[in-house]
Amino acid sequence: MTTIKKQILLFAALFALASSLSAQKFFTRDGKVKFDATAESSPEQIEALSNTGTCVLDAATGKMQWAVLIKNFQFEKALMQEHFNENYMESGKYPKATFDGKISNPDAVDLTKDGKYNASVTGKLTIHGVAKEVTAWGVITVEKGAFRINAGFPVLLADYKISIPGLVADKVGKEAKVLIDATLAPMSK
Amino acid sequence: MKKLYFLFFFLAPLFLNAQDDDLLSLLGDDETPNYATASFKTNRVINGHSIENTAPGVLDFKISHRFTQLRQGLYDIFGLDGASIRFGFDYGITDRLMVGVGRSSKEKIIDGFAKYKILRQSSGSRNMPVTLTYLIDSQIKTVKFSDAERDNKFTSRMYFTHQLLVGRKFNDRFTLQLMPTLVHRNLTTTPGDKNDVYAIGIAGRAKLTKRVAFNAEYYYVPDGQLATPFANSLSVGFDIETGGHVFQLHLTNSPDMTYKGFITETQEEWFFKGSDGRMLSGLRFGFNISRVFTIVKPKHLN
Repeated sequence: MTTIKKQILLFAALFALASSLSAQKFFTRDGKVKFDATAESSPEQIEALSNTGTCVLDAATGKMQWAVLIKNFQFEKALMQEHFNENYMESGKYPKATFDGKISNPDAVDLTKDGKYNASVTGKLTIHGVAKEVTAWGVITVEKGAFRINAGFPVLLADYKISIPGLVADKVGKEAKVLIDATLAPMSK
Repeated sequence: MKKLYFLFFFLAPLFLNAQDDDLLSLLGDDETPNYATASFKTNRVINGHSIENTAPGVLDFKISHRFTQLRQGLYDIFGLDGASIRFGFDYGITDRLMVGVGRSSKEKIIDGFAKYKILRQSSGSRNMPVTLTYLIDSQIKTVKFSDAERDNKFTSRMYFTHQLLVGRKFNDRFTLQLMPTLVHRNLTTTPGDKNDVYAIGIAGRAKLTKRVAFNAEYYYVPDGQLATPFANSLSVGFDIETGGHVFQLHLTNSPDMTYKGFITETQEEWFFKGSDGRMLSGLRFGFNISRVFTIVKPKHLN
């Protein structure tokens, strides 16, 4: 073989590697995102669920992005849902909550091997138009080429300029507990 | 040179790969339509309906009052002594369909309606510039007939209203709607009155703060349909939301809260010249209070 041919082969191998890397992306459009902002003294539950959280995880880099449409959060009470959108989250102005970050302990998480991993994710959480650097712990379960992500973290409402008027302070807490449950499937390109 | 060319060619995908920082864009556009919500604070503008419906499984209990003219002065506390009341229950059956019943003290009217959203304003995967709603409302006057000796028929008590509401929420603050309306009256006050009265309404709301909005509503009845002295109904007011309640406080020249009443039987303009030549005002104070109760909880919450 001439050197040129060898080089072509080498580059071809590189190319194949590049394509396989780009194929290592995993996604969901129906991630469950739940939050509970009930104050301790509240007679009613202030909680909501969205079944349409979207997430893309790049397994090669550990980079992870999330987006949740605020309007898709379903409450038990329609009026609560309207107030959530109109008065607190201003979903007309800020339609989405997003997260842009990456797995910050990649050594402890082997996404190529089946198993349960405690993963820490660090990045920028944007809610109500306010971005904040956050770190959250969760569990990534790798099984048959799909990832299940379970995580829970607190969100301090004041951090995101979500003001709770005194009138409802006995119902809506200062903090919302967010729970995430999503199963990511490989993305076919 | 050749080598460099190949290097570039094969490494290009790597660079491209490194560039797509926005992973979510790989998923493409949002797949769900984004429906306009909260175009009005409640399903009524002032006297008539708005393009909003009561949410499915929710019961909306309404108590409304209209008073006599402000010009009654302090003796009647500016009309408050002359209260007429309507109370009603509205219920949302689906996202698009709601029904309601009510009773008014004036003429002891019982009314019932069904309201259906034909089109819903949305953006995203489905683009629809307006919301289109059809309303059918019937009113039965149950007050005793004025002349009991006459051959009075039950059908003479009945009134029907058909209304289309075309509305658009232009932005978070501003909503506008048009309401072509037909009021059918089985029995009219004079033979010169038409049984079918066509009217066109226009209404809007401007949201002032998160919890306060300004509403206005006007119904125009083209000439030649009503023989008795009448005025077009014009109302302005504020919606004030306090958590569980919506208070609507308004000024109007209509004493009625039913369609046949405020469209065809409003008699005084906001300002007019009395028989003695003095300027008078037909303005009245009124309010609606709406309180919602969740009857059927949505099932998808798990």
